[in-house]
Amino acid sequence: MRVAVQSEAFDLGAEVSAFTAAVRGVGAVVSFTGLVRDEGGALSGMEIEHYPGMTEKAIAGIAGEAVRRWALADVLVIHRYGKLAPGEAIMMVATAAPHRGDAFAAAEYLMDYLKSRAPFWKKELSAGGEAWVAAKDADEDALKRW
Amino acid sequence: MIDVLYFAWVRERIGLPRERVETSAATVADLVQELRGREQRYEAAFADLTSLRVALDQELASFDAPLAGVREVAFFPPMTGG
Repeated sequence: MRVAVQSEAFDLGAEVSAFTAAVRGVGAVVSFTGLVRDEGGALSGMEIEHYPGMTEKAIAGIAGEAVRRWALADVLVIHRYGKLAPGEAIMMVATAAPHRGDAFAAAEYLMDYLKSRAPFWKKELSAGGEAWVAAKDADEDALKRW
Repeated sequence: MIDVLYFAWVRERIGLPRERVETSAATVADLVQELRGREQRYEAAFADLTSLRVALDQELASFDAPLAGVREVAFFPPMTGG
């Protein structure tokens, strides 16, 4: 299990390749990547704040719970902070499991929990100014299915 | 003394990322009451507790949680990760 919280960009292809090469004997690797939207050109970027210390612990806790719930060979979470431009990757998760059902479910679980339980706050930047992204009720509701 | 941290719009409203606070508050709610009484900017930040979350020593907690033994309290809006 690897958790990285960083401001630098990551190489999605290299990360998935390295993650896949390191797990042996599994049948499935699922990866998800979250990108900065441009909202039809309205956004000039995004600034992501986080809580150093708590962020790493919270993500490790979420990833650890995924490992307990599903038959996973490995989990990778990379989440960036700082200023990002539209199209840039904000974060990624990858899960490896003997079968795809567990890999997909664990990846969705990780995404649902990272959204509302990892201490990140997104601010959208546009020509008109900046605005904190409000959490959605739907994101909180998404946790209930687990 | 307790370290109090603020994030996102809570930080912006109060105008500080963190401060050390001398307090004898028994619970988070008591601490919030003390801070609200300080200045308008704190009142503005803590006006609606339903839009705030709190962490004690980097673990999510509730506003009625006790502060005994706690070194770090953080206030922030609901998280928007992922």
